Amino acid sequence: MASIFEPSLPTPDLSHLTRADYEHVYEPAEDTFLLLDALEKDAQELRQLKPQVCLEIGSGSGCVSSFLGALLPSSSALYLCTDINQHACRCTKATGSQNKVTLEPIIASLASPLQHRLANQIDILVFNPPYVPTTSDEADAAQVTSGISGAWAGGKSGMELTNILLSSVPKLLSPGGRFYLVGVVQNGVEEIRQRMRQAHGLDSEIVLERRAGRERLWVVKFFKAAAPS
Amino acid sequence: MVRLITHNLLACHAKGCNANNFPLQFKDVEIEIREAEFNPDFLRGFLPKIEWKALVDSARQIGDTSLPAEQPEMVDDDFLKSLHHVLLELHIEEGSMTCPNCSHVYPISNGIPNMLLAEHEIA
Repeated sequence: MASIFEPSLPTPDLSHLTRADYEHVYEPAEDTFLLLDALEKDAQELRQLKPQVCLEIGSGSGCVSSFLGALLPSSSALYLCTDINQHACRCTKATGSQNKVTLEPIIASLASPLQHRLANQIDILVFNPPYVPTTSDEADAAQVTSGISGAWAGGKSGMELTNILLSSVPKLLSPGGRFYLVGVVQNGVEEIRQRMRQAHGLDSEIVLERRAGRERLWVVKFFKAAAPS
Repeated sequence: MVRLITHNLLACHAKGCNANNFPLQFKDVEIEIREAEFNPDFLRGFLPKIEWKALVDSARQIGDTSLPAEQPEMVDDDFLKSLHHVLLELHIEEGSMTCPNCSHVYPISNGIPNMLLAEHEIA
């Protein structure tokens, strides 16, 4: 394996984004960087998968999808991004251009308008959800107003939005597809993994864990079994 | 960026709208053409995911008639070049997309489609 000698990929260029943008859009932070590190750690595996359809949910600044587009041969996949926040979609598009990756932002909640056509088609699904435990009312209000609090307010156990997506992940992933999810210790990653295995037959693996200030973060990867060849 | 590759994957998801909800119909579009890197392997791999009739009809709606009505059995370079242009180089910057079933209108502004629904429209 030559991977350990591979120079690490730079963080995407975000110099075009301003303070004014970060008033409306989540600024990349430790959780974002942990996700980048997790994707980079899996770089060889992701390239071998030859993904054609990538979807990032809640793409925010566009940092993660731009990174993914640099990690993979950029013209070899479609990089779809959704965010309920229109400012985030604008930033996602700009960050793609800035980093020479064509990203396709769509103002939408989760994968809603794509669910019908992308059944069993998503090769790489990525979600850095609003994972901070809050009241349900706070989480609902954050989603309805589509502002920056939608990037973190996660409701009960920080899992309210994530739980909605988890139930549709098995339908969305292609055979062999991968789903990367970010969270904190309060979300209960072992319970999530067990539930996905028992209810949907998806195996998983913790890719990285890290303490960042008061948060204990993790990135977990779920796999859908490849089609028998 | 609404390119036809993305448009071919979007369906109406309003409450109760489950049939004949694809493809969304373009209206009052402004289009920009931007060159993209030609990648025949990507196109060959993506072809089975495309709803062909929806792609051809939508391309015609926005004024591009270069694709054949039936998907050819022989995938040659000329065909892939036309497909490349239609799927990846036409950017719908402004306009809207209407559901053929429930007539819900999804606006496109600065190249970004707004697929959000009001709370009472969510399934």
